[in-house]
Amino acid sequence: MTFAQALLEALESLNGNKMRSGLTVLGIVIGVAAVIAMLAVGNGAQASITGSISSIGTNLLFVFSGSPESQQGPGGPGSGRSGNNIKPLTLSDANAIADPFAAPSVEQVAPTLEGNALLTFSGENTTATLTGATPEYFSVRNLQMAEGEFINSEHILGRMSVVVLGPEAAISLFGRADGVVGETIRIEGQPFRVIGVLVARGGGAFGSEDNSSYIPFTTAQSRLIRRGARDQVDVIYVQAVSAEAVPQAVEEISSIIRQRHRTPVGFDDFTIFTQADFLTIFESITGVLTIFLGGIAGISLLVGGIGIMNIMLVSVTERTREIGLRKALGARKKDILLQFLTESSLLSLIGGIIGIMFGWLIAYIVGQVAIASGTNFVPIVGTDAIILSTSFSAIIGLFFGIYPASRAANLEPVEALRYE
Amino acid sequence: MTDWVVQAKDLVKTYMMGEFEVQALRGVSFNIKRGEVVSIMGPSGSGKSTMMNTLGCLDRPTSGEYILDGESVAEMNDDQLASVRNRKIGFVFQSFNLLSRLTALGNVELPLRYAGMSEGRRAKAQAALEAVGLKDRMTHRPYELSGGQQQRVAIARSLVNDPAIIMADEPTGNLDSKVGKEIMSLLLNLNKERGTTLIIVTHDPNIAEQTQRVIRLRDGELDSIT
Repeated sequence: MTFAQALLEALESLNGNKMRSGLTVLGIVIGVAAVIAMLAVGNGAQASITGSISSIGTNLLFVFSGSPESQQGPGGPGSGRSGNNIKPLTLSDANAIADPFAAPSVEQVAPTLEGNALLTFSGENTTATLTGATPEYFSVRNLQMAEGEFINSEHILGRMSVVVLGPEAAISLFGRADGVVGETIRIEGQPFRVIGVLVARGGGAFGSEDNSSYIPFTTAQSRLIRRGARDQVDVIYVQAVSAEAVPQAVEEISSIIRQRHRTPVGFDDFTIFTQADFLTIFESITGVLTIFLGGIAGISLLVGGIGIMNIMLVSVTERTREIGLRKALGARKKDILLQFLTESSLLSLIGGIIGIMFGWLIAYIVGQVAIASGTNFVPIVGTDAIILSTSFSAIIGLFFGIYPASRAANLEPVEALRYE
Repeated sequence: MTDWVVQAKDLVKTYMMGEFEVQALRGVSFNIKRGEVVSIMGPSGSGKSTMMNTLGCLDRPTSGEYILDGESVAEMNDDQLASVRNRKIGFVFQSFNLLSRLTALGNVELPLRYAGMSEGRRAKAQAALEAVGLKDRMTHRPYELSGGQQQRVAIARSLVNDPAIIMADEPTGNLDSKVGKEIMSLLLNLNKERGTTLIIVTHDPNIAEQTQRVIRLRDGELDSIT
């Protein structure tokens, strides 16, 4: 008996019991569709987060005060020693990093002071992030103006009371995000003139970056965000000359700050985060999410497989006489085995194909719903997901088919023929 | 030297029924000539079915020797037995045992499929169906045929592989007497035309009368050969 004949016979046999075959296939369809859709949603989430991180700027570095060791909390290794000796980052650190001779891989440096503030405008008030920024901040963070201008060096030198608003903060205060330049709002009770509004960036990886306000660094330093030490800064944003130069920039910045802070070897009192670090963290988070979703979907595929086994067992019992007859006519064990394995594989294969289309449809609908609700999220049906679920369902068909098929193949012809 | 197609010597078959050992055959010996028509008779429990299963290579004897058409089959494994059944034996059952999903032609083709034949399969199956007088019923499915026609399909299936022997187990048992007679004369005619050895297992003396020899079994032993 050739494989083509076995396939034909299997089709005939499955066709002979349409309702039962259909329901069995449905189990696999649901399983495969779930796997495809879940993986698509997971991959889509990953791509969306990766995209929003990349939009921050691919060659961006963040320098924080405090060492990774001391952040492990009291009692953690090294906390006693380095924890006590942490020197805050200062404006002079930022200037040193900006020195093109000491750090040739660094393009621009933007020290900031960061906090939250209550903004008010004629009775409306809202809480937004407040950043004391320098003009460099604009290009380092890849910001774009919707209207007006960003903080310039005159504002810095004059410690002027001007503010740039994120679109969400503007809408909270004015009910609109345009035509607000020239208005005067109060930040923690102090009047500030609005000089610009930023373009919306959408929900970022760190929550909305649109609910924000930016004032000149010097103004923040002297009037709104006071820190313990003079010249202290919270975060230094550094733009490397290129994405490839990021590791080099990390080295240069580290050695500059180590020298300036005179930190003991192995006990840095600062932390440098790169885009790649964030990407790695979020990719591992979404990776776990994807595996989790895929795993749950995989369980339903497994249940579908058990359905196949169940039906095949019923089918073998039902067709005991047929098996006996086939054996009497000269069918060998492997002929019977092939016949039943073909049937179970065919069930799961058909289920797999329909399931892929169905899963694709679900992913598409999820994408449409996301677009309709204004979320930048596109589920991605990857070839890996298709290959994974197809091969998985074929393996399930084979695996759950083997037991019933071998039971059929090992029937004694005499017993099988006598079976009523 | 006589051309024996079946040589059975000291066939013994024992079953375990729970804890008891049941001896279905207790050393039966006989020979059947090529082209002969033989019936096997005996009351129920006489070992008649066991004898038919053993002669049909559906089962192996516990001990003894069985040479079918020159091949010793008593020691063969399952797949070898399957091959022997496919090449040398045609079965006709009391309840026809046709596959309802397949047409008459499909049913007759089945042994050829297991023989690994692909070319000329259809023509050979058609010829077999013509030989049993079902030329115009080839594409019908079993439920569209009468009992007699179904048994004719089964006979066509049994002879399509040109077997050495045809084993017929109560071939007329499910048919009324008129159709039964037609089936019997068809079997006897095919024996005459083709010279295929015919072994009929029956308890009907009228059928046994039409055969050349009658092998009677009683309590697992040979009672008489007439």
